Amino acid sequence: METVVHLSNAVAVLGQFPVLAGVDLTVNRGEIVLLQGPNGAGKTSLLRLCAGLLPIERGEATVLGCDLRTNREGVRNRVGLLSHANGLYADLTVTENVRFWGATVGASAGEIDAAMQRMGLAQRLAKVPVSRLSAGQRRRTALACLVARRAELWLLDEPHAGLDAAGRDELDSTLREATTAGATIIVASHELERAGALASRVVDIVGGLARERAAS
Amino acid sequence: MFRVARLIAAKDLRVEMRSRVVTNQVLPFAAITMVMFAFAFNTDSVVNKVAPGLVWLATLFSLLTLVQRSFAIESADGAIDALRGAGVDSAGIFLGKAVALAAQLAVLEVLLLLTAVVLYSAKFRLGGVVLLVTTFVAATCGLALVGTLYGGLAAGVRGRETLLPLLLLPVVAPVLIGATRATEAALGTSGAVVADGWPWVGLLAVFVALFGVGGTLAFGPLIEE
Amino acid sequence: MATTDSQLTDTGDTGDVRRATASTTVAAVPNATGTGTPFTRILGLATIVTLALLIVFGLFISPADVVQGESVRILYIHVGTVWVAYVAFVVTALSSAAFLWKRTTSLTWDRIAGASAEVGVLFMALTLFAGALWGRVAWGKFWVWDARVTTTAFLFITYVGYLAVRGLGGSHQQRGRRSAVVALLAVLEIPLVHFSVKLWRGLHQDASVSDTTHVKLHDQMLFSLFIALIAFTLLYVWLVMHRQRVMAMQDALDDKGLDYALQQRREEGDL
Repeated sequence: METVVHLSNAVAVLGQFPVLAGVDLTVNRGEIVLLQGPNGAGKTSLLRLCAGLLPIERGEATVLGCDLRTNREGVRNRVGLLSHANGLYADLTVTENVRFWGATVGASAGEIDAAMQRMGLAQRLAKVPVSRLSAGQRRRTALACLVARRAELWLLDEPHAGLDAAGRDELDSTLREATTAGATIIVASHELERAGALASRVVDIVGGLARERAAS
Repeated sequence: MFRVARLIAAKDLRVEMRSRVVTNQVLPFAAITMVMFAFAFNTDSVVNKVAPGLVWLATLFSLLTLVQRSFAIESADGAIDALRGAGVDSAGIFLGKAVALAAQLAVLEVLLLLTAVVLYSAKFRLGGVVLLVTTFVAATCGLALVGTLYGGLAAGVRGRETLLPLLLLPVVAPVLIGATRATEAALGTSGAVVADGWPWVGLLAVFVALFGVGGTLAFGPLIEE
Repeated sequence: MATTDSQLTDTGDTGDVRRATASTTVAAVPNATGTGTPFTRILGLATIVTLALLIVFGLFISPADVVQGESVRILYIHVGTVWVAYVAFVVTALSSAAFLWKRTTSLTWDRIAGASAEVGVLFMALTLFAGALWGRVAWGKFWVWDARVTTTAFLFITYVGYLAVRGLGGSHQQRGRRSAVVALLAVLEIPLVHFSVKLWRGLHQDASVSDTTHVKLHDQMLFSLFIALIAFTLLYVWLVMHRQRVMAMQDALDDKGLDYALQQRREEGDL
């Protein structure tokens, strides 16, 4: 089992505040891990750390073989971070967005079409500007961009927010499918019910620290 | 790097074509500035003499808005995060955004020149056209490069936007001096001859070269968190 | 400066992620109650002595100018501050380059750059002020649009901007890298400004106000000028050393603050 993420006593700061106070976490390929915790616990920061955006202050962190202390930049084009804002350009259409993000890694037209199909972005949505989409549709567009970018590790921050029940189920099944295609997924959520339905593991994040929840 | 730059430039321009923020907001702002200058300077003769300077001043003020807009379109926390997060080559981002900014600036400058012709009775002369075009091209490139560079630094997060004018205006002073003098020479304002203008274009070219290279190297570290 | 700063052993800010623990960071700063060391005390004494010499020579022993009278004495202050302002600029640029050279280099270079910039801004302001006064008294004009004066003004503004960038926050490494890049960009910008203003004023036929160096320099005046340069340089070095040490203590305090905050956060997590 290949280790995709390995954090050991990782400390990260925002300004002077230690948002991550010594996190230990290991994630293997193909897993879906759910990070749960209250707001302010450090879930978003943990995701950003793994994405190579937040510098690590103390401790160790290795993602996809890259040591984040020395090579934060190297990990970025293999990791996809989906934050609260979707990383989409609101004025451009769905196709244009997916094509843009795919092009950053040199994806072919075929790959882009495949990505859009996997996310269920039907023909009729293709030419619609993102600003006119529903929350669920935007989420799917953003995921399509991740697929088009060939991201190996998906870091999703509250992906279920703003989706109705049907939308959430759909998202869950999409994510499960993605792992069979080789992706590893870490999802941060502060809602309790998603556990179990989606993830193989749940990790509680509280006060900048991580703790595995025992399987029930 | 160039592939990424092309991609980013195309994306920026496409966003502008859809949203039309520059056309609907910045261009009118620039035009109004020109009117305001006339109010402030009062006499026609004064305004005619300083017309080239006013065109470039209005360009500089509008540049600030254009730069902030250029970085505001990058969504997600911290303006440029999405592109950084994707591991896109930062030199490519720099050049791409600079090219898109240059294109928008070019449109702005043409508009301002025409406004000067209308409002300040500025006149073209045939002998100076080559100089005029060269000046505009060089100055536009210079402004776009430094605008993108410092714009990246000042983008988004926590009250950095007010930093942009403070950092950018001193840096573009040579462009203001050079472009204005060269434009005067091209238009024949205040008795300047065309030959006077070319040394200034040389200065602008040096500016572009220095900040082209310097900016490409510096942009990555500056947008890093 | 290297020898004295080795007394101030690195507080662990070398980029090595395994930081020194809190107890060693504070202990590493000499004299936790102050930043003085034997070297700086001697330096300070030398500064006071030379400044006193300068006052004696500048105000009393050296002669007044035939043309400008007593007002020429501002020259000693003005040239002194200009000299320091430009030295500070060069030091900031070099320190920034040193900091970036290998990113694991100590934060001391970053702090020297920052301290030098602060002192430099102060002296640039003094230069402009003294220059304006002198211009007014000697030639009736507060300001003159020539390359040197304008460049100094731009240097001033640019460094105010640099100090603003230093204040943007983030970790010490981030601050260091970002400010260093901005400082090096300033190295590009300042000569361009100087050259463009020079070219600009060069075209003007109207006789501008005579240069400051068109004062005929008597032997004694030259000597006083020399003392001024030495005195101000010593003052600059003394100020920068102390300021750098204060910054080092500040950074050490921040690190300690982080340890404390970490502890608090862990307790609050109740794990």
